[in-house]
Amino acid sequence: MTIIATQALTKTYGGGVTALADLTVEVDAGVIGLVGANGAGKSTFIKIMLGLIAPSSGSLRVFELDPVAETDKVRARVGYMPENDCLPPDVSASEFVTHVGRLSGLPKTAARERASEALRHVGLYEERYRQIGGYSTGMKQRVKLAQALVHDPDLLLLDEPTNGLDPAGRDAMLTLVHRIGNEFGISVVVCSHLLGEVERICDSLIAIEGGHLLRADRISSMTAASDVLAVEVSEGTDELASALRTLGFKVTPEGRLLLVPLESDVAYDRILQAVADLDLPLHRLDQRRHRVAELFTAKETADV
Amino acid sequence: MSEAGVIHDIGYQRYQGPRLGRGALLQAMYVHGLRAAFGLGRSAKSKIFPWGVAGIVLLVAVINAGVRSQTGNWLFDYYQLDDTMSWLVIFFAAIVAPELVSRDIRSGVLPLYFSRPVRAADYVMAKVAALVSAVFLMLGVPQFIMFLTGAFTTKTGMRGVWHELGLLIPGWGYSLLWAFIFASISLLIASLTGKRAFAAGGIVAVFLMTAPIVGVLNVLPSETAHHLSGLASPISLISGVEIWLRDRTDLGLDIGNLGPIYGIEAFCLIAACLLLLLARYRKVASL
Repeated sequence: MTIIATQALTKTYGGGVTALADLTVEVDAGVIGLVGANGAGKSTFIKIMLGLIAPSSGSLRVFELDPVAETDKVRARVGYMPENDCLPPDVSASEFVTHVGRLSGLPKTAARERASEALRHVGLYEERYRQIGGYSTGMKQRVKLAQALVHDPDLLLLDEPTNGLDPAGRDAMLTLVHRIGNEFGISVVVCSHLLGEVERICDSLIAIEGGHLLRADRISSMTAASDVLAVEVSEGTDELASALRTLGFKVTPEGRLLLVPLESDVAYDRILQAVADLDLPLHRLDQRRHRVAELFTAKETADV
Repeated sequence: MSEAGVIHDIGYQRYQGPRLGRGALLQAMYVHGLRAAFGLGRSAKSKIFPWGVAGIVLLVAVINAGVRSQTGNWLFDYYQLDDTMSWLVIFFAAIVAPELVSRDIRSGVLPLYFSRPVRAADYVMAKVAALVSAVFLMLGVPQFIMFLTGAFTTKTGMRGVWHELGLLIPGWGYSLLWAFIFASISLLIASLTGKRAFAAGGIVAVFLMTAPIVGVLNVLPSETAHHLSGLASPISLISGVEIWLRDRTDLGLDIGNLGPIYGIEAFCLIAACLLLLLARYRKVASL
């Protein structure tokens, strides 16, 4: 199911700054990564989807709705988590999330119920009755996520959800986003400038640079048929390389590692057999997926 | 996608209930603002000031009512109550208006509001309504207490009650005028900054600094300058409107026959402040 479809979407700001240029993309439901450097046009894209700013030209449909003409219908189905600090310090999380829930049109009791539900889903339990001012950055990020979830949207727009989190917090947030996308049945657009973390949780990826679409595709098709086996032996690296070459593998040495492309299922066993035949002390044998980043680097150089 | 037929222990529940329209949303924001004005749902610290001010005004009204029931005469009438309490009203507005709008700017919560079906006009309307109600309650409730005393101590039965009610209603109207003038000016000032202390200082400054201008205009040798002097300050503007509408000459301000100008300025001032406020939030709402 296509949830977001743009057609030659362009946004030029007053001073002649082009934030988005001729962006044509169709996005299916699921967890979608929106990657690009700072100033690539990610936030502009999100604002246009929310109907906060109108595109200069081109069209955009979110759930087959036009965010400019049918703003309220779109916003009822979309939850937004901004990048910046956006929580009042002197109220409790539960009160705040209830209030924004009511601003999304939930009746009073429903808003209260859903607020505590949403806070529980993001992992805030008893803390939710304390004032937000005393929360850690990680807890604040969770409250921001809960307020985007409270009105049960069909699409979440998360602007840099891992901003300012420590590695453990980052992992927890990403796991949470993954769960929302897969267990809750809510599509998620995750904005990030860190490709590495987005590719772990996303089904598809949109990469933009300078307002232009770099690439949009499913992650699986980007990384398909590009698996590599990294082999490390404590001695006899050269012998193994030549042995593997005679077996017909394309071996690339990388430091103390040998990178061997896995073209078929039997390749794995044959490599292992080669190591055993030479009787070498095997240190490491791990299957590496091509990182999406490598694909982009290749593509970018091709563009230049 | 979650699989159908699988029951998770603490699974996510989709919301199937009703989604209310703009009216409910406005009401929620208005009630939230009115509660915030009196510090309800906030820490005890934020209750001290609004309730302190409200308590003083109430106390004055009760003393006034006591005097009336003993001597049969007011210390001051419905209008004079508002005039006497003007400084308290200024301080009240200077504290509450930043609480309503500067706080939202400071905490950056506005993007969360405006990414929901809330429009700039809804936000402005709810906040203005909340502050107008808060100021009106602060003046109107004491006035009502005065009315009750008047009604219970009247010696002419039902006729006396009606007479008293006839005095209360315009008195409430007068309080409403105060509420609108103070709410619109102080919200506009408060919406310009995220720092509450600055906003409060700015509001008090606008009301304080304009008063000397009235004095200066009054010592000029021109008769017209005297008549127009009251336009320079919101407080004397309100007195001018009262003088015009009630044909008073004993309020220390001579407006000659320029009364309608006072009325027009009062109206234009409120309208201009509200429009500027709306323009300000239209800009903010597009982030």
